[in-house]
Amino acid sequence: MKTTGAHLLRILLERQGIRTIAGIPGGAILPFYDALHGSAIRHVLTRHEQGAGFIAQGMARTTGRAAVCLATSGPGATNLLTAIADAKLDSVPLVAITGQVSQPLIGTDAFQEVDMYGLTLPITKHNFLVRSAAELMETVPLAFEIAESGRPGPVSIDVPKDVQTAEIEVDHLPEPGRARPVPPCADALIDELAARLTAARQPVLYLGGGVIASGASDLACELAQRASAPAVSTLLALGAIPPEHPLHMGMLGMHATCGANHLLEEADLVLAIGARFDDRATGRLAEFCSRAAIAHIDIDRAEIGKLKKPFLGLVGDAADILRRLLARLAPQARPEWRAHAAALRAAHPLIVPTPAEAPTHPANICRFLGQHLPTDTLIATDVGQHQMWVAQSYPFRHPRTLLTSGGLGTMGFGLPAAIGAALAAPGRRVVCLSGDGSILMNIQELATLAELDLPVAVLVCNNAHLGLVRQQQQLFYGGRYSASQLGAGPDFAALARAFGVRGVRLNPDGDPHRQLADALAKSGPCLIDIPVQPTANVFPMVPPGAANRNMIAEPAHDHA
Amino acid sequence: MPKPAKTSVLELHVRNHPGVMSHITGLFARRAFNLEAIVCLPVDGGSTSRMLLLVAEESRLDQIEQQLVKLHDILEVRRRPDVLPTFFTQLAQTAFPKATTA
Repeated sequence: MKTTGAHLLRILLERQGIRTIAGIPGGAILPFYDALHGSAIRHVLTRHEQGAGFIAQGMARTTGRAAVCLATSGPGATNLLTAIADAKLDSVPLVAITGQVSQPLIGTDAFQEVDMYGLTLPITKHNFLVRSAAELMETVPLAFEIAESGRPGPVSIDVPKDVQTAEIEVDHLPEPGRARPVPPCADALIDELAARLTAARQPVLYLGGGVIASGASDLACELAQRASAPAVSTLLALGAIPPEHPLHMGMLGMHATCGANHLLEEADLVLAIGARFDDRATGRLAEFCSRAAIAHIDIDRAEIGKLKKPFLGLVGDAADILRRLLARLAPQARPEWRAHAAALRAAHPLIVPTPAEAPTHPANICRFLGQHLPTDTLIATDVGQHQMWVAQSYPFRHPRTLLTSGGLGTMGFGLPAAIGAALAAPGRRVVCLSGDGSILMNIQELATLAELDLPVAVLVCNNAHLGLVRQQQQLFYGGRYSASQLGAGPDFAALARAFGVRGVRLNPDGDPHRQLADALAKSGPCLIDIPVQPTANVFPMVPPGAANRNMIAEPAHDHA
Repeated sequence: MPKPAKTSVLELHVRNHPGVMSHITGLFARRAFNLEAIVCLPVDGGSTSRMLLLVAEESRLDQIEQQLVKLHDILEVRRRPDVLPTFFTQLAQTAFPKATTA
């Protein structure tokens, strides 16, 4: 078969099972766009390449499979970088394909030339600059294999224009790239873990995003139950264990459930599963779980001992290890420890104003949504106070129902990620909870949403501030509010309507929950502007750099 | 340049293409590992290369090795306790006879 590099790239992506690609065309990628014409692959035209990157992330986070974003060289490529870096920090499988200037022009400062290989080097799991059409045969399947194998992550493929236009004779096509099997953890280590768990008096499970990535959520719940080990979760593990589970302790760390942080102080054994001891979770590392022996299960060998030396490190797939661990673990009753965890939980409820006092407080909005949305609703967030309120207050009952930028903390993530989730999960409800600061960082994707007409509701918690910045300035910078007030914010409902999306502003003087329910009941995309008290803060809060026991609690009646 | 308290030598077997050196030096830079010296030569007719790295910070050597192993273009990492730091200083004295080496 005689073909071109561009057409070959299309065929290889089709064979990978790629059905949707988000991107924006431009000069150096036009041969590939020409090849896409007539393909079964659906191309979603975004309004900014960062939107394309996060739409692909939304698809990947929803399905667990690598998704593709596409951009031209130069500014198209640089606009993808934030989404690629975000995927790296949260271990999201992503394949970012960019056009590059033709090879004879590389290194000449040609129009729209940027060293994408060099730029993506520190923010990808691996990257490629393709030097011939023939190389695509190896590179494309390998990119997917790398993105999905072991600890997932982003891979960049930079394709010069002359590689796309080059003619090539192809007599056979390579097999699609698939995740390599993970070498199993040795039995002896699992035996030792079972023995130590059995011998422990006060064990705690510390669940990370790897639990969800490996599909080990049910096994982790079963382990908590079997070992009578309460489970704390990182932001990215929310949804692994349902809030109704008797051993669910909620999130640990900076904006934890108080009980979760206190319980870790008392644990004599902490089993970290697919967690990486991030500073937002551990607080001051030297004082994290200071009484506990730590065992660590991770698919990435380099995470074992990176920050905290465990007495036992188990490298492998969490689901496989937990299944084998459960097979050799007798039930442990630990009635006192269970009762203590329950008491801690009961003693430290989340303190927020009641729905009657402050119906539009984001925590109350989240609780309302939790009661009224289907449990398989996909929730995307942006970054800031609203994100923490969602984490604290929305009852995530299933894995992969929360899409949030945890590691990089990218404002602007939410709307395109929600669009990606809706593309990947047709028929499911998708809600993007955002803030008035975050939403403006990728607001142009409302046009994409309007065009696609997807069932995405965008809820903007509007406090006219960069709220988490304002909160830190109040608490740690003597109330000197520097550049945290967003003066002259837009009328978000009118803005949505201008994009062709239904727009509503809740009126707190009426019945805002009723208004919210009405707005959500109608079909099609919508934006709901929710007025929020600018002085509302997220509590508890561990000051950055402090030990997790030093939580600042909610001052009484600070806001209403 | 102050002499590091402790150094080790790592040998890497890597795929030989233009980006490999960037991957390795970039990893050392962004993870704040100290890289004192590199020697690199193509082998196997140029399809792969072998490198010797002189690395400081004994306490993080494990972590350095683990992060190196994760790079796709690195085929093998092993310690070379038989290669002494003087190998690098002698090389430097031969290559740059007028310079004062660390």
